[in-house]
Amino acid sequence: MQSSQKYPVHDPHTAFQSPHDRYPPISDYALIGDCRTAALVSSRGSIDWLCLPHFSSPSIFAALLDNQRGGRFAIFPAAPFKVQRRYRKHTNVLETTFTTDQGVVRLTDSLSIPNEQAQNVLHPQREVLRIVECLQGKVDTQVIFEPRPDYGRTRPRLIQRGALGWACEMGSEVLILHSDFTLACSDEDTASGVTTLSAGERRYLSLTYARHDIGIITPLGRYADRRCDYTTQWWRNWCKHNTYQGPYHDAVERSALTLKMLTYGLSGALVAAPTTSLPSVIGGVRNWDYRFCWLRDAALTSSAFLELGFNSESDAFLAWLLHSTRLTWPRLQVLYDVYGEMHLSEEQLDHFQGYRESRPVRIGNKASGQRQLDVYGEVIAAAYDFVCHGGRLASDEKRLLRGFGKVVCSDWRLTDQGIWEDRDAGHHHTHSKLMCWVAMDRLIRMHKQQHIKVPVERFARERDLIRQSIESKGFSHTHGTYVNRYEGDSVDASLLLMCQYNYRQAHDPRLLATFERIERELGNNGFLYRFPEGFDDFLPPGEGAFVICSFWAVEYLARLGKRAQAIERFEHILSCANDVGLLAEEVDPKTGGARGNFPQAFSHVGLINAALTLNQVDTACSQTIQKAE
Amino acid sequence: MLTFQAFEQVESIILWGLTATVVMTTIMLGSQGLGFSRLSLPFLVGTFFTGNRRWANIVGVGVYLIGGWFFTFFYYLIFIGVGQPTVWLGTATGLLHGLFLLVVLLPLLPQFHPRMATEYDGPTEHQRLEPPGFLGLNFGFRTPLVTLLGHVVFGAILGAAL
Repeated sequence: MQSSQKYPVHDPHTAFQSPHDRYPPISDYALIGDCRTAALVSSRGSIDWLCLPHFSSPSIFAALLDNQRGGRFAIFPAAPFKVQRRYRKHTNVLETTFTTDQGVVRLTDSLSIPNEQAQNVLHPQREVLRIVECLQGKVDTQVIFEPRPDYGRTRPRLIQRGALGWACEMGSEVLILHSDFTLACSDEDTASGVTTLSAGERRYLSLTYARHDIGIITPLGRYADRRCDYTTQWWRNWCKHNTYQGPYHDAVERSALTLKMLTYGLSGALVAAPTTSLPSVIGGVRNWDYRFCWLRDAALTSSAFLELGFNSESDAFLAWLLHSTRLTWPRLQVLYDVYGEMHLSEEQLDHFQGYRESRPVRIGNKASGQRQLDVYGEVIAAAYDFVCHGGRLASDEKRLLRGFGKVVCSDWRLTDQGIWEDRDAGHHHTHSKLMCWVAMDRLIRMHKQQHIKVPVERFARERDLIRQSIESKGFSHTHGTYVNRYEGDSVDASLLLMCQYNYRQAHDPRLLATFERIERELGNNGFLYRFPEGFDDFLPPGEGAFVICSFWAVEYLARLGKRAQAIERFEHILSCANDVGLLAEEVDPKTGGARGNFPQAFSHVGLINAALTLNQVDTACSQTIQKAE
Repeated sequence: MLTFQAFEQVESIILWGLTATVVMTTIMLGSQGLGFSRLSLPFLVGTFFTGNRRWANIVGVGVYLIGGWFFTFFYYLIFIGVGQPTVWLGTATGLLHGLFLLVVLLPLLPQFHPRMATEYDGPTEHQRLEPPGFLGLNFGFRTPLVTLLGHVVFGAILGAAL
């Protein structure tokens, strides 16, 4: 395997300039995380996205959004290579294997989970641990460390601190790269180097971070191996709580692991995605910051966790909800940051090129100021699922839910921006009314099951009024289908949730007709768009099919009894996951290419729910057969 | 004789020593919280005793307050030895104390702190704390300023009150 051929060392500033490397496809990325923050790692071993100390903090590496200014942390062979990737089984520890003509190296990436049991050992606030092992031959391995704090707005100065490695100070924060690779500073702000590794040799890079605190530098060698092993075991232990035994187990587990990575462990919040401004369409303007906790997404994720047996995540979410909504109670804002911060202004990063020239790059999210009435329904439904799985509501949680119920009673007649976050004055969205109905219905059920006390007569009256309103104004007699807006003419995919929330059964003629129309008007190659092309959301047209909407169709088909069709559709959508099982917000229906922020919690929630529904249908079928026998 | 006088003033030393230490600690930790410096002297002191972060902070603050009283006694001896305590004498003593800490003690710390890494040997399993460097500059360029400010205020309060 050995060769005398020498490959040129890549200039750190031009190493990622080929058309593919400048902006790899979105699906080229894998995610590593520690339930505090997460990093996107390309198949070329480059961390192109990392925000510290938490998901919605400013980025340290953002080559994902600007190849030149964003910064990266890359490890890759100097020679041309082929790549294979996988997560270690039942974990979020990533292994990337590079095969070159000269040999094979494996890069193991993780964000370390601190071992709290280890007495008398100081742990860093965050640690990116990268272990490089040569498996065969000799491989020249190049490292490029190019931190660009604060979305590339700060040009840092790297300082060498002897055997401690390289320090990068950023005001009250510090990054310290400790490594046994030989690195040199090509400029003041970039450290790089090439090291020849022989078979059996292992090298380490530990990047630690501290904010408002003294830095902690972690040792390498067997100590680093131990940290990696502990992180591996931590994820495996977490996975043991998974009670799901149905079909597509691996895909469901990968989705659960991804959702867990998107959970902020210190508060129980769950971010919609770890990225910002990955575009719905290349070169387009639908580029949003998803690094916040949408109550809708978090509530649905909480329910999905419960169904899989991860009860503590749901418990933590309710605790976070209680804390974060204290200032707005009894009203709910659409989204909060991981600590419950409400004021999330939106800003554009004009100095960033954007992913494949997709501008603007946005940070913050204006949707925080919108009224989206469906949120109450999703949160109350999550609480209902919680008690159905044996959870007990604390007295302040009961008060919280009662308050939400009262808001629904007073507000359901108002217009809102709806699930798709229209940026105009607002409309009467049928889905929002549906979720207000769900809110009333679930509170009444919880009252009947003696989990909570609510003014049940008033809530029942309002629930019935909402239903009448949906049936009279949210249903078009012209088309014989439900419509997305009162007295409107169009459908959108959210109407499929009527079946999921037991508003109507799948075989109900009104719903059946709605599904057929949705398939006809929003379907494309087995996927569903969320709303019709040209729908007036006041933004230029053009976006991919929505992954979660496509999964809703699977669930509907399964409930309809069309199992084979549902499975075929499920597998078709599943084929759009990348090599390590991650799904974006949207897909290009023609190519299956990922679009939008990545990976997206909503999409993985859709996958889990669809698999659960398929499993329920299977179980129900087999029980029917057994009874018949 | 000096020690005898100090015993006579013990109530005053305890009261004002505590006050000055609390004010100095507030300045130092406030500066840390506001992002002016990453230095936390109580945490550095606490990690002499434990590697548990939470306990290091708690123990560190306790030991630091007791250390403040010890230094108050020491300051008092200096004041009496030089003449009458005044704000200016206290300020000068605090400045000298701060400078000694920054120039001598902090750079030497990695040599005797059980949990601090050194630039020569790198981190080990238990020695993981980032060393302060000359003038504590590793913890931010404002570290010398806030450290001096804290110690000057400490000295000034004692000079004025004792």
